[in-house]
Amino acid sequence: MRIKEHPILEFKRGKEIYFYYNGKKLKAYEGETIASALHANGIKILSKSAKLARPRGFFCGIGKCSSCLMKVNGIPNVRTCITLVKEGMVVEDDDKDLPSKEYPPCSHKKMKCDIAVVGGGPAGLSAALEASEHADVLLIDENPRLGGQLIKQTHKFFGSENERAGTRGIKIAEELEEEVKNRGIRVLLNTSVIGYYERENHFLACVNKMAGKVYEIEAKKIIFATGAQENMLIFEGNDLPGVYGAGGVQTLMNVYGVKPGERGLIIGAGNVGLILAYQLLQASVNVACIVEAMPKIGGYFVHAAKIRRCGVPIYTRHSIKKAYGDGSVEGAIIAKLDEKWNFIEGSEMDIECDFICLAVGLIPSIRLVAQTGAEISYINEAGGWVALHNEYMETTKEGIYVAGDLANIEEASTAMIEGKIAGLHAAHSIKQIVGFESKIKKYMEELEIFRQGYFGARPKKAKEEIRRRYYEKMGDRRNS
Amino acid sequence: MKRWETEGIAELADLNLPEEEHLKKGVAIIECIQEIPCNPCVDACPFNAISMENINALPIVDYEKCVGCGKCIEVCPGLAIFVVKIINEKAIIMLPYEFLPLPKEGQKVKALDREGKEICDAVVKKVREGKTNVITIELPAEHAMNARNIRVR
Ligand code: SF4
Ligand code: SF4
Ligand code: FES
Repeated sequence: MRIKEHPILEFKRGKEIYFYYNGKKLKAYEGETIASALHANGIKILSKSAKLARPRGFFCGIGKCSSCLMKVNGIPNVRTCITLVKEGMVVEDDDKDLPSKEYPPCSHKKMKCDIAVVGGGPAGLSAALEASEHADVLLIDENPRLGGQLIKQTHKFFGSENERAGTRGIKIAEELEEEVKNRGIRVLLNTSVIGYYERENHFLACVNKMAGKVYEIEAKKIIFATGAQENMLIFEGNDLPGVYGAGGVQTLMNVYGVKPGERGLIIGAGNVGLILAYQLLQASVNVACIVEAMPKIGGYFVHAAKIRRCGVPIYTRHSIKKAYGDGSVEGAIIAKLDEKWNFIEGSEMDIECDFICLAVGLIPSIRLVAQTGAEISYINEAGGWVALHNEYMETTKEGIYVAGDLANIEEASTAMIEGKIAGLHAAHSIKQIVGFESKIKKYMEELEIFRQGYFGARPKKAKEEIRRRYYEKMGDRRNS
Repeated sequence: MKRWETEGIAELADLNLPEEEHLKKGVAIIECIQEIPCNPCVDACPFNAISMENINALPIVDYEKCVGCGKCIEVCPGLAIFVVKIINEKAIIMLPYEFLPLPKEGQKVKALDREGKEICDAVVKKVREGKTNVITIELPAEHAMNARNIRVR
């Protein structure tokens, strides 16, 4: 299942190592996550549902959905999709125990910084870099490496030169990571922020589960850039192993070089679905078709054209009725939708596939920022519940910022600009920065330009509504 | 609704096609027909042949200025640019290609249309490896406006 040759990516696999899965010795490479190593060994069932014990495979691949929980070295409930496999590691089916006395003792450490950035994707990295020019920054990410979703984006970016258009996402991630290193920014990897609390300053409780470390971080300002999570879709068999989030498949394939299967069905013809189809083809995986419930293709025409000329059909006004298979996906039934979104009888098609990717939108991961007491509001255009914020990305809670997909589902390019704005403003409100006004104005203008066209209409509307509700809540109080 | 909106396939009527005299020297045909925030093609052209009103507008090729060098093909994230040249009965097409294996010069490949259907045989004239590889193929002139991909065996 491992990809040997790829037109864009070079998989630098680490040392060959061995680990144990339910007592069986399996091969892996250093630098792989447990879930991807298991997948490469043909193991798709990672856990069982709590009540009915239905098999579960991984879904999000980025630590957000908990469908990959296993017991690792005796530690229960480990998210195997973001935990690296190690020599001699013991991985077992989780018996769904709550952490109990067998939980190993942890070391405690207190840390202080001016600005804590939670999440090392495009928004968080840009925020940390911008802020680090003026303040002491600590960057926290629960993944084994920085870059967020950039590390799986093999396509060249759109947008303008300023935001590195024409450069592939993976390359942007490398460049940003390098800069973080060069600037000497403190980074905590494999570390999940599990709670926020407040004393005279802002505090974060963090844990690195496998290393047995607990951190208490005190910060003057916090920028949350925790991204988003893939939407689920309701259909029969949607919990079968082999039904993956589109992003999860990208991670498996583009970061770890493991094929998700031989032939995939993609649900959703937005940019994520279209790009994923192309990436699957590049990894020599067949794509049966893309189905899209809307009457039009939602993503860029150019992305659609790329896969059409490779012979992949796109069926608009179609959706998935069910996925079937014994223990994992063996096929799916798709059908046409009528004007009222009901399946048209007799229009069913049986699609041969061994995995299904859901690319039906994202929802902002707001749970952490919600703990701070920042006002949360439901805004459809923004992708669901979001933290209200002003043009400087500050929420209704002073000193708490948001940026990127967390603040409205958008693009990596806009996430990077938002990160810069948040970083600059957070630093400026600790200590005045010379030239702040002109710099921030430039960033805001860049954002403005991005949101002008046809595809900018939705995020533009979302941001206007977020801001309107922010000022409604805050009255005239400006945070600057 | 246009076909490209529902099926992802552009029709010739959607494109801004060059005149016969332009095709003789070879020019870039940009199949980027929807407003998206993107503009690297404009900056990539050493001859300033591509213009755009703003980052969301459609790119327009000045066929007088374009020399058909194909520089723009390599940077376009949409893989939407093709250089087409017609000499007598033959069409020479430069197209972006991001798959393995790369064809070799002189190799016979299948030319595919915008739906991925095989339309005819083509001969690979040149393989330029870059950010995105650019493959030059030769095929009968009648397929000049339809061949947009290749299948390498
Ligand atoms: S083919 Fe060369 S000259 Fe023509 S538009 Fe592209 S870069 Fe410019
Ligand atoms: S670079 Fe390609 S996708 Fe971007 S505007 Fe130019 S032609 Fe369109
Ligand atoms: S948390 Fe591991 S797959 Fe979602």
